[in-house]
Amino acid sequence: MQTNFTAEQLADPGVAMSEKILRKCVHCGFCTATCPTYVTLGNELDSPRGRIYLIKDMLENGRPADEQVVTHIDRCLSCLSCVTTCPSGVDYMHLVDHARIHIEQTYRRPLMDRLTRRMLALVLPYPARLRASLHLARLGRPFAPLFRTVPGLKPVAAMLDLAPASVPAASPVSRPGNHAAAAPKRGRVAILSGCAQPVLKPGINEATIRLLNRIGVEVVVPEGEGCCGSLVHHMGREPDALDAARKNIDAWTREIDAGGLDAIIITASGCGTTIKDYGHMLREDPAYADKAARVSALAKDVIEYLASIDLPDPVNGSGLVVAYHSACSMQHGQKITTAPKTLLKGAGFVVKDPPEGHLCCGSAGVYNILQPEIALALRDRKVRNIELTRPEVIATGNIGCITQIAQGTGIPILHTVELLDWAYGGDRPEGLPARATREQRAVQPS
Amino acid sequence: MSELIAFLEPDRSVIARRAAIIADLADLVPASSLITDARELVPFDTDAFVSYRRMPLAVVLPETTTEVAAVLKYCNRNGIPVVPRGAGTSLSGGAIPQEDAIVIGVSKMNRILEVDLPNRCARVQAGVTNISISQTVEADGFFYAPDPSSQLACTIGGNIGMNSGGAHCLKYGVTTNNLLGVKMVMFDGSIVEIGGKALDAPGYDLLGLVCGSEGQLGIVTEATVRLIARPEGARPVLFGFPSSVAAGACVTDIIGAGIIPVAIEFMDKPAIEICEAFAQAGYPMDVEALLIVEVEGSDAEMDAMLGRIIEIARTHGVKTIRESQSATEAALIWKGRKSAFGATGRIADYICMDGTVPLGQLSHVLEKTSEIVARYGLRVANVFHAGDGNMHPLILFDANDPDESRKAEMAGNDILKLCVDAGGCLTGEHGVGIEKRDLMRHQYTDADLAQQMRVRAAFDPKWILNPSKVFPLDGRNGAYADETGETAGKTAA
Ligand code: SF4
Ligand code: SF4
Repeated sequence: MQTNFTAEQLADPGVAMSEKILRKCVHCGFCTATCPTYVTLGNELDSPRGRIYLIKDMLENGRPADEQVVTHIDRCLSCLSCVTTCPSGVDYMHLVDHARIHIEQTYRRPLMDRLTRRMLALVLPYPARLRASLHLARLGRPFAPLFRTVPGLKPVAAMLDLAPASVPAASPVSRPGNHAAAAPKRGRVAILSGCAQPVLKPGINEATIRLLNRIGVEVVVPEGEGCCGSLVHHMGREPDALDAARKNIDAWTREIDAGGLDAIIITASGCGTTIKDYGHMLREDPAYADKAARVSALAKDVIEYLASIDLPDPVNGSGLVVAYHSACSMQHGQKITTAPKTLLKGAGFVVKDPPEGHLCCGSAGVYNILQPEIALALRDRKVRNIELTRPEVIATGNIGCITQIAQGTGIPILHTVELLDWAYGGDRPEGLPARATREQRAVQPS
Repeated sequence: MSELIAFLEPDRSVIARRAAIIADLADLVPASSLITDARELVPFDTDAFVSYRRMPLAVVLPETTTEVAAVLKYCNRNGIPVVPRGAGTSLSGGAIPQEDAIVIGVSKMNRILEVDLPNRCARVQAGVTNISISQTVEADGFFYAPDPSSQLACTIGGNIGMNSGGAHCLKYGVTTNNLLGVKMVMFDGSIVEIGGKALDAPGYDLLGLVCGSEGQLGIVTEATVRLIARPEGARPVLFGFPSSVAAGACVTDIIGAGIIPVAIEFMDKPAIEICEAFAQAGYPMDVEALLIVEVEGSDAEMDAMLGRIIEIARTHGVKTIRESQSATEAALIWKGRKSAFGATGRIADYICMDGTVPLGQLSHVLEKTSEIVARYGLRVANVFHAGDGNMHPLILFDANDPDESRKAEMAGNDILKLCVDAGGCLTGEHGVGIEKRDLMRHQYTDADLAQQMRVRAAFDPKWILNPSKVFPLDGRNGAYADETGETAGKTAA
């Protein structure tokens, strides 16, 4: 597509990058069809092509962001379905990242929106603060319907709805330390503890560490790790995001230098997409560019890592019908599509692919808090599609999807690695339906 | 860049009334269906024929036929031009607006209303995507046959406007052969139903007239389309040739022998490279031209037809023959082909031509096309529906270079004239739009065009519907007149 930038504008590296991206778009419109917000709202302004055009117009004219542009960019889930679809290779991810930074720098949001965002940025990335807020949220829950009636307070209502009824105790595995291999050692990896996940579902990393140890992989929880930064990154708060990235890079670099790492294991695909992008995010920072690139290259989703090594024969799990929900950050962000299903099948599960698998469930980081209406429509659509496959359990690789989908269905939903850990000799995951495996049924017919 | 294609001079009196018009529209459609902010209108200023852009006065995205009718009635009464829009994937500029026009987009009307398997048809709203019809009935063993490359995104409303085709039309025909009925809003807001579930309706074949009328006879809001039972099996096979001429001649001979596969698609080397980079479909890279031939039926039927095709291909020196080994591989082969235009964006901007030629002329036109493009110092990639002679040369250029952009358009015009002179026509499936409008005289005599314009005027006396498209601007005066005796459609200077 034709672009119109002056040499002066192109001197800004962000604008120069965006211009290159825009030049690749041929305005064919293919991407509109697989965009969750376009499919829901039917307005091209809420489609990738529409957003690309809005961003182009804003950047070319060197304009500050305005309410209209912000409305449509805010509605974007950053699910990256458009990137998978685009035949021309348009890097929408980095374009919208740039637009969000531009918005954050040039646009003053209404008061309630500002407060909500600041609060999210101050609480979610910090496990202790999040735990305290979730306890508070339980008290606030009865007021959610009231908040829902006030437009500016809808996000608060959404937050209260999403808060779990009970908060699990802090897990020992989220503290720094070493978890030795329980079989002949075949590797050493670091694991990202994360921020929200260890508070909401500590069992995920516990299962990961158990499984990896059992198959001979040493797992380190490095000192000094924190939130990956994706939450603030998607809000356009780039300095905060880069700080978070640098902090993690320092922690992992120490481990790489100390004992060597085969991989940095991530169990939330949303975080994985961001960590794999550290190299790009810090490309202009001479002190960190190389280290960031090294970290990004080592970053692996736990599924990706498991798919790259030999696994023993499974011992549990045969025959359970699992609907696999691919998180957007998994399939579109990291292009990991078949590995989780192959692993589940290899572990003895019957795997079902729900229709419209490319569409987001509406979770998308804090999207379900900031855009509750669209998020709800997408969640209901997702749950309908999943339930069509009549599964006994749903598996996915991202904590956000787990929280979001669990709100809409009675079918239990687990992280893929929890099922795998069980299949390879671990404890039966909490919440798995009390249903006999095929072997047990064969022994005790009912 | 100075533009080669003119638009109608916008009616200043309409533009002057903009505020009042917007206030009136706000009474006719919900707020979420009306777009008037200058910045929000920008993304509607073009379609996939992106070299031309015009801002519309406003955009409405109605949710019901009644809303479409209300808006159309209002626009007609007040002399405001209307430009219909589906998904905005037109390659001929069919959905590009103009400054004094209201865009009526059907993107919110995206529901499948009824699937009637015993009658093998489906009733859908105009904004459903082409592919979603097939997806809906897939589990029951049916599909909707016309499959434009943009089928993922393009709407059935747009398909009807352009009488769209696709790779599989060689066997199953284009949109008009698969359309059973429409609900359409006329210029004055009246709602008519044309056709129905049966194959032939009594009275005039108005459906045939509506299909391909580029949004100038009315706005289709619902369509009843034919569903076809899926064949027992289908197999795309890749045939690699040492030259484009050999591949072209092979196509001529296949069809000449009375063999009608489901699809015969052609790609030359530049196109193969582009598509392989995107889809990794396993196209042979050591050949100059590739045919994707799809056969279908029982295994025995497919083997028999393939046997005959292979024999013919051998006589043209075929270098590689590869059958797809799995459904995944077959899907990749088609994904690469269908993404060809978009994937071209990875290496350059392009305009896509749509001329159709008699099959015997295929090799000749391919050679001449290369010559024309080379004369302008540009590159071309050819990827097209060879079986029905529907060529799609993609002329590659740099959109940020005004001189190249102009040359690309001129080369395109020369190629289309070449197709007509070879006994073919300007458009196989993309429609005339604005892109080929001024070449219509190369195809038709003034008397032919005058007759078409009289038909158009019978449906839309004030010419408010998509007025800048299809008919050359300078031949309009006097060719038709509305009831007041005034002639419509003044050309921009
Ligand atoms: S699919 Fe890609 S090239 Fe086509 S409009 Fe979307 S972003 Fe642009
Ligand atoms: S990232 Fe997702 S929501 Fe955003 S434009 Fe792309 S497809 Fe649409």
